[in-house]
Amino acid sequence: MAHVVVDPVTRIEGHLRVEAEVDGGAVKEAWSSSTMFRGIELILRGRDPRDAWAFAQRICGVCTTVHAIASIRAVEKAIGAVPPPNARLLRNLIMAAQSVQDHVVHFYHLHALDWVDIVSALDADPAKTSSLAQSISDWPLSSTTYFSGVRDRIKTFVQRGQLGPFANAYWGHPAYRLPPEANLLAVAHYLEALDWQRRFIKIHAILGGKNPHLQSFLVGGMVTPVDPDSQNALNIDTIAALDKLVADGLAFVSRVYLPDVLAIASFYKDWASIGAGIGNYMAYGDYPEDDSENPQLFLPTGIIHGRDLTKIGTVDQAMITEQVAHSWYDYSVGDDKGLNPFKGETTPHYTGPKPPYERLEVAQKYSWLKSPRYDGAAMEVGPLARMLVAYASGRPARVKELVDKTLSTLGVGPAALFSTLGRVAARAIEAQVLVESMDNWVRGLADNMARRDYRIQDNSKWEPGSWPSDCFGAGFHEAPRGALGHWVHISNGSIINYQCVVPSTWNAGPRDAQGHPGPYEVALVGTPVAKPEQPLEILRTLHSFDPCMACGVHVVDAMKRELARVRVV
Amino acid sequence: MIAHSLTQELEERGISRRDFLGFCASMAAILGLPETATNAIAAAVESEARPILVWLEFQDCAGNTESFLRASHPTVADLILDTISLNYHETLMAAAGSQAESALTQTVHDNAGKYIALVEGSIPSGADGAYCTIGGKSALQIARDVCGGAAATIAVGTCAAFGGIPAARPNPTGALSVADAVPGVKNLINMSACPANGENITALIVYYLTLKRWPPLDQYRRPLFAYGKTIHDNCERRAHFDAGQYVEAWGDEAHRHGQCLYKMGCKGPATSQNCPVVKWNEGTNWPIGCGHPCIGCAEPNFWDTMTPFYQRLPNVVGFNVGRWVDPVGLGLTSLVAAAAVLHGVGEVVRHRVGKASSTEEKTESE
Repeated sequence: MAHVVVDPVTRIEGHLRVEAEVDGGAVKEAWSSSTMFRGIELILRGRDPRDAWAFAQRICGVCTTVHAIASIRAVEKAIGAVPPPNARLLRNLIMAAQSVQDHVVHFYHLHALDWVDIVSALDADPAKTSSLAQSISDWPLSSTTYFSGVRDRIKTFVQRGQLGPFANAYWGHPAYRLPPEANLLAVAHYLEALDWQRRFIKIHAILGGKNPHLQSFLVGGMVTPVDPDSQNALNIDTIAALDKLVADGLAFVSRVYLPDVLAIASFYKDWASIGAGIGNYMAYGDYPEDDSENPQLFLPTGIIHGRDLTKIGTVDQAMITEQVAHSWYDYSVGDDKGLNPFKGETTPHYTGPKPPYERLEVAQKYSWLKSPRYDGAAMEVGPLARMLVAYASGRPARVKELVDKTLSTLGVGPAALFSTLGRVAARAIEAQVLVESMDNWVRGLADNMARRDYRIQDNSKWEPGSWPSDCFGAGFHEAPRGALGHWVHISNGSIINYQCVVPSTWNAGPRDAQGHPGPYEVALVGTPVAKPEQPLEILRTLHSFDPCMACGVHVVDAMKRELARVRVV
Repeated sequence: MIAHSLTQELEERGISRRDFLGFCASMAAILGLPETATNAIAAAVESEARPILVWLEFQDCAGNTESFLRASHPTVADLILDTISLNYHETLMAAAGSQAESALTQTVHDNAGKYIALVEGSIPSGADGAYCTIGGKSALQIARDVCGGAAATIAVGTCAAFGGIPAARPNPTGALSVADAVPGVKNLINMSACPANGENITALIVYYLTLKRWPPLDQYRRPLFAYGKTIHDNCERRAHFDAGQYVEAWGDEAHRHGQCLYKMGCKGPATSQNCPVVKWNEGTNWPIGCGHPCIGCAEPNFWDTMTPFYQRLPNVVGFNVGRWVDPVGLGLTSLVAAAAVLHGVGEVVRHRVGKASSTEEKTESE
């Protein structure tokens, strides 16, 4: 039995530590710990609710839009502001651009090196890489000359003897299985994706002023004026620029990202039966398609229990609780209880070993994350959860089509979705579905301009005097990493309490009061480990979730009164 | 000196030329390269060792890392592959766990006093350092160990530069800036903003590589090339400010036609940054360009001093023009900038609508 500690888990956002017992070449038990805490929700107390999105946005700079979106939705629900149609379209475009860019960056820059051996790429025959590339896609950068150039660039880099961020890694590890040609293809696309992400995200600069940390959100709408007859507003030139960027995004996702995922997956099919995890999936759903009180959502909401795709449950936020039995917080009602976020409380209280330390006391408290539970059960959230809910719901139809196509290309059945590889594939499929959908929202914006609807903001609720003196609201969003919720209590124009339950808390949380592990902890069990001193396979399963730890850690405080009005998007 | 004679240094340590070539040959073998690569490796190692950078992340959101990835000239790929050696960066590096840790400790040990440290995120001082640990070590200890031995330290983003959002009221974790967490840190440069503009981060690196020195700084240790003037000085909407043409409500005629956002809470007159010049995402746009007021994100304690964000400047608690005229450590350029700021603030006061009562404002008006 080897006790393996992976800290830091790199190629993620934030600070994650995993401890695992490895025996007989596989993980027997695992513990997931978040080791950083800031307390942004405490910092939000007493502030102007219209400022909250900017504070909450800084929870994460990778998924830089998601907390801003959830925050304005929560505040809008509380005060009764109704964003006009243009604001809905702009938000949908911003959210979709975030997810598409984030998924590509995750695959190439955070996850690929778990599957791709860069050093092996040096042995590749560029002509064979060219044949491989042309057999899987009609992407034009595929000539022998092009891949020779990439190989030579990497060779020169390696020959200079300073491997920088690629030093000390697991090159040559027996779990790497791609032939040199495929490794060279992936390295070339690693570099192309670095360029592509920078260009594609200009959508955020156009609609948000800058990326990261866009600055165009407003409680009640958006700040970017819409006016085809102005040079200082979103106009027809903007529509044309968005068309171009969306088309470029669609080209890269459909002709590079998705084919690469399928090609690489075909060498690692055994990972379709590794890392299955908890088997319960939850999606709040998102991308409203109309402006009614309960809009149709492009990506549907639902809950799947025990991998049963024949039944989809509805999501009721009242069933959500958070537990702290193994988290560094105290509950006044006892640490063995679960509390709904609206009644939640958090008193940070570190009881772990004093740093520097070698091991956490995993029988006690061991993480800055809480353990969220739905009706007492742990839930996996994220692209896989969303694609499963959409697949099982039969809408959007494109999801079912792409999932079925992926399964048949790889020659595996639907059970393969519940796996490490399933998460990787679901993320790519979602990127494809979202980037395809963006055109509709750009068209919607142009149509509104055509009918001279330039409204972007509900100004009737801008002044605090127009708000109820005491109000509550919850805002939900499907962030790249999964289901995200913010809860706010506003009294006399300022924030009394603020709380977030975020995707990486759902996925990376520690054991609950009953000792039931969280989704990471379950998914790691059974993951093979060829060399415990080089935990490459552990990284594969962890990275398949796309950990985002800064998002996961939050502080809440006691909500002392019953909800007067709770409205949920 | 980062690239001084390697042969000389090796000889001082009793390593002969023959030993060195042997090392290069074994490195070629390890990397699976042909024997002929030995001389190429030797030449590369001897002649042009790239400057070594380590990037530390503490109480951060990785926003500055993402911003760095958006830089276009040079791009991060060009920098990492051709120009610098980025030996540690948790978000980007291939190694994890103990291999990642040893990449850092080895770099710090082997290149003491020669490497450049970049820090993203604030450093918590509470709970004995347990609010942020990496590899079981506290951020405070890592910052002191790594920044303490660096030739220079660049605090990237407002959290590392000034404490940022974790240090905002009531600062639950005792979050500190690099300057406060690492007393006596050498050659500290603060690249504030939330996040720092990727173009400014790479510009600082290129500045150093090209001119072989660090740039002159303002009183907050920020390079003048990026922070020597205010947003207001270079704002494309300045003419509307001077003409008294203001946005009064979101989406109104003035807003749709790009008029001044001062009444909607713009902090441009009190914020030093080159946003209007460099803009963001390859010059695509910037916050005021998309119709939102500047929130002052490059300034110390802006989460407390510049909020509420939608309240106009002279009424914002903590707004204090006095600090802008302190010329300590400023060169001629920044004196001009400071004068420009004063002019700007004078304009603000003249155009102010609402009550003026604070002592700072009286000082400004005089």
